[in-house]
Amino acid sequence: MDISSINWILLLASLMVAATPILLAAIGELVTERAGVLNLGVEGMMITGAICGFAVSVETGSATLGFVAAAIAGAAFSLIFGLLTQFLLSNQVATGLALTLFGLGFSALIGQGYIGIKGLSVPHIHIPVISDIPVLGPILFRHDLMVYVSILLVAATWAVLKYTRAGLILRAVGENHDAAHALGYKVVRIRLMAIAFGGACAGLGGAYLSIVRVPQWTEGMTAGAGWIALALVVFASWKPWRVLIGAYLFGGLTVLQLNLQAAGLKVPVEYLSMSPYLITILVLVIMSSGRSRAALNAPAELGRSFHASS
Amino acid sequence: MASFRLEKRPTPSQAWTWATPVLAVLLTMVAGGLMFAALGKNPFLAIKTIFYDPVLGEFAFYYRGQLLVKAGPLILIAIGLAMGFKAGIWNIGAEGQYIMGAIFGAGVGLAFYPTEAWYIFPLMVIAGAVGGLLWAMIPAILKVRFQTNEILVSLLLVYVAEQFLAAMSLGLLRNPEATGFPGSRNLQQFPAASNPELWAGTGIHFGVVAALIAVIFAYILLSRHLMGFHIQLAGQSPKAARFGGVNPTALVVFCMGLSGALAGLAGMFEVTGPAGQISINFNAGYGFTAIIVAFLGRLHPIGILLAGLLMALTYIGGEAAQATMQLPAAAIQAFQGMLLFFLLGVDVLSNYRIRLNREAAA
Amino acid sequence: MTDLLSLQGLTKAYPGVVANDDVSFTIAEGEIHALLGENGAGKSTLVKMIYGLVKPDSGAMQLFGAPYAPPEPRAARTSGVAMVFQHFSLFEALTVAENVGLGMEDAPPMGQLSREIREVSHAYGLPLDPRRLVGDLSAGERQRVEIVRCLLQDPKLLIMDEPTSVLTPQEVEILFATLNKLKAEGTSILYISHKLEEIRALCDGATVLRRGKVVGSCDPREKSAAELAELMVGEALTPPERAPAAHGEVVLHVAGLTSEHVDAFGTKLQNVGFEIRAGEILGIGGVAGNGQDELLSALSGETIGPEETVRIRGEAVGHLPPNARRLRGMLTAPEERLGHAAAPDMSLTENGILSGWQRQDLTRAGFLRRGAARTFAEEIIEAFDVRTPGPHVAARALSGGNLQKFVIGREILQQPDILVVNQPTWGVDAAAAAAIRQALLDLASKGAAVLVISQDLDELMEVSDNFAALNAGHLSAPRPARGLTMEQIGLMLGGAHDMDVADPAEAHHIKEIYEEGHS
Repeated sequence: MDISSINWILLLASLMVAATPILLAAIGELVTERAGVLNLGVEGMMITGAICGFAVSVETGSATLGFVAAAIAGAAFSLIFGLLTQFLLSNQVATGLALTLFGLGFSALIGQGYIGIKGLSVPHIHIPVISDIPVLGPILFRHDLMVYVSILLVAATWAVLKYTRAGLILRAVGENHDAAHALGYKVVRIRLMAIAFGGACAGLGGAYLSIVRVPQWTEGMTAGAGWIALALVVFASWKPWRVLIGAYLFGGLTVLQLNLQAAGLKVPVEYLSMSPYLITILVLVIMSSGRSRAALNAPAELGRSFHASS
Repeated sequence: MASFRLEKRPTPSQAWTWATPVLAVLLTMVAGGLMFAALGKNPFLAIKTIFYDPVLGEFAFYYRGQLLVKAGPLILIAIGLAMGFKAGIWNIGAEGQYIMGAIFGAGVGLAFYPTEAWYIFPLMVIAGAVGGLLWAMIPAILKVRFQTNEILVSLLLVYVAEQFLAAMSLGLLRNPEATGFPGSRNLQQFPAASNPELWAGTGIHFGVVAALIAVIFAYILLSRHLMGFHIQLAGQSPKAARFGGVNPTALVVFCMGLSGALAGLAGMFEVTGPAGQISINFNAGYGFTAIIVAFLGRLHPIGILLAGLLMALTYIGGEAAQATMQLPAAAIQAFQGMLLFFLLGVDVLSNYRIRLNREAAA
Repeated sequence: MTDLLSLQGLTKAYPGVVANDDVSFTIAEGEIHALLGENGAGKSTLVKMIYGLVKPDSGAMQLFGAPYAPPEPRAARTSGVAMVFQHFSLFEALTVAENVGLGMEDAPPMGQLSREIREVSHAYGLPLDPRRLVGDLSAGERQRVEIVRCLLQDPKLLIMDEPTSVLTPQEVEILFATLNKLKAEGTSILYISHKLEEIRALCDGATVLRRGKVVGSCDPREKSAAELAELMVGEALTPPERAPAAHGEVVLHVAGLTSEHVDAFGTKLQNVGFEIRAGEILGIGGVAGNGQDELLSALSGETIGPEETVRIRGEAVGHLPPNARRLRGMLTAPEERLGHAAAPDMSLTENGILSGWQRQDLTRAGFLRRGAARTFAEEIIEAFDVRTPGPHVAARALSGGNLQKFVIGREILQQPDILVVNQPTWGVDAAAAAAIRQALLDLASKGAAVLVISQDLDELMEVSDNFAALNAGHLSAPRPARGLTMEQIGLMLGGAHDMDVADPAEAHHIKEIYEEGHS
């Protein structure tokens, strides 16, 4: 193996790109979970976003329209989950799984005509001066717009949850839905909005994979990214900025692993490909073993159905 | 807003408990028909091809055997999963345990190649169960030791198992004499390690027999035995279970272990029988479809038996529709996912009454 | 005095039960009006209608003479109606200020809100730190959060649902001072309770509900507690009786019991110790959240610890799980009926198996004996007068009182040597409560050691030989129950947790400043 063949600047630069899909999906799921809803269908919503975004971007020639379509598709998809869990009170774990299973099939179905088609090339922004700073320029300031949108989304989520009344109400619903209901808040409506936001973000994350990162459509292309995003929310103890840190750490490891493969490390490719999943498991274990602290941050009503008895 | 309101029934409705799966299947046929129509296929012909032809159609003699071949692993896996789901323990990584069972089982068999001895196959059966069990023990132990979420760990381990499967097919278990597509020796050509059809044309192999035994075993355990009582208690009301003396650690290990071992067995019977060899695309998603089977069967052993057969039918009918109508394979996958949606949706009827509001909802 | 709120013919029916049937009464301005009734009499449904949480099927309400039909609590609050809930509508993981803000229309920015909370809470003798997490507060302090939340909105009518159930006697006095002060300022209060002495001490008028109907209204100060009780219950109750008995040897010995909290915001037990003799009833009193759940859990075996902390007849069992303790004769009945003592969706037969399979011999080689289990459930139903169609019915279908009788009966019929119960009559109607207390007394007179953990001091005084108080995880030394005064008990329970009596002048001053700031 030839370590020196790895271009470290390029590696760090691709880290942000590698992290963006799971960052988008995880920040959406964080909002959903803070409202007390556990949606395990992230993988299904991502893959739906991936195909819808890809198809629309190819048909219209506009990446922006592709992302918009992906967000709408993800949100619409998540509202199936919302309808079942919020109105029909189905089990959230089972319904989330159903969303994933259905999403994988559904996306494969509509994606049939798009296999093998080359995607658009999405322009990278170039800001005079700062994009040209040596080392830092290419690492931080020469990406496509969505990379920065995802960071803004994290900042906005953080600010809304922490400083606004809407954020307070969302957290309250996730903490104690009976109390929120007794105070007159519309628990189901608030949760549906949180679910739809989570779906839209997951759709964007999937579309980022198919429109920017890869960029083409293959069946099952999310390959567990949705599940990793779910793990990331636990890793982040339901705090927005920690989602960002977690996503970039994870992105870094993914790119490093890919670079090691390319550099010809004397380990079969399959074992390197396992590493993202194994690392995610390891992180989950570390986070949950310090349970007393992390568990306090988990929304108290996570995964419980709400039914107004009165 | 919704113009209906739900009223919790004092006791769950027995009638609806059994009627909801049937209703869900009917609704799925309607919605699926619409989906097929949207794809430009005749919906009635498609539904007939999937649900009627394999059982009673012209070529049913061929399909009927296939039915049990597909239903066997689905039922075997779903029985194990249902135990855990009933107890509130979510093993959703059966696909991974299925793969590991196949690798362990095939690995033991191939280690004896080309010895012919009566004890090889039993050893492989044990190895298959152990492979699945060990793989399921990872999330189980992490859960009881560190309270790590078993849903995420068991699922992530599926991807690890898939990579391991690829590594094995290309490496250790690769057939040294083959030149074509990478994979192990074909076990069907190694009598001491193969799982043949027991009666020609029926599709019954040892895996199908094992599935039936599992159904009976699970039925007795759940309806007659204290362990089954404790499993249901823990799922319905964890605090009451603790009060009743149920040891949560033991329960997690038991349920995960059992479901892992059964999934491993399913993988082992598949690799020695219908599949014949370890290869990169050996796994066909049975571990995930079994989740649908478990829910469709209402987590009840007899229900799972029926649901497994029905789901096998969608596979076979789907293949038939693919061949005769060019219906895409993905359509069947979407169809199966839809079935689970409808099932979960109509499930509300067994626990709640629906009242329509005369006035608009406040 | 003019009418503030008047109700005419309010009716609300749920499937199988008419919660309120043609209820009418009026509350005057500046009146403290009692709504009196047993558990299940329909008090909660009635106030939920006034607060906009439930819509009446028929009937009308007027506030200040104008029609009043709040579609949701928000509308009720803007009309000047505020409510302090019995089971608090609070968020444990949020701060005091956030909790208060959530219950207000147009809450001011957090900084200003915190200042107002500090000022108003002090003025009314209910000091609060707005930055603390509600989960870390005692039950009494949590109630203050609710009250302050209401006061900040300057209510015309304050509804209080069983407010004293979580307070020590001293805290009750302070609360009454606060309420009287509000009354002096012209605020009306609708005071819901089943505690007669309280109502006689505090209220100007009373409406009595029984089975959803108004059965009388009166000036409670002119009636005796016995007269009110008869009005409320509809029949005269016989107080439980007991045969005096000499106590035997020590059967349960607890020493140095220290435990971790059961949930994130629970209370740790601090070196708890006591002993109970055969035939003795020890009552443990205390305000909710002072370690009752943890104590029961440590005795039942749901949480285990060092072996010598719990001894049954000298044998160390602190390390043993629930079933091993049951085999040794110690049975328990937790407070939460549905979901802890009983599984909601399981039948009564199965709930009998839940804790009785060992002592009632309901299994053979691990296989359930369904017939024997049904017989056991039928025995409980028969002996404890559980009103249910039969043992096949799901636990959740039973009323609170009936399920409680079943749960207590299940343990008593297993003939325990030691029985530990937590809140045995919480939310149970008077007749069922009397029956349960009598059963506990009978059990003790047959020689069992009984530990009753309860927040109902009257109940403890009625059944206990000895009394101890649990306060912030500490257990006081047990004292003979006979002859204890309410004041002594109050002090044992920890007195008034840093409350100060309301200072009317200061309160008035702060209120003026506060109102100026808003107008």
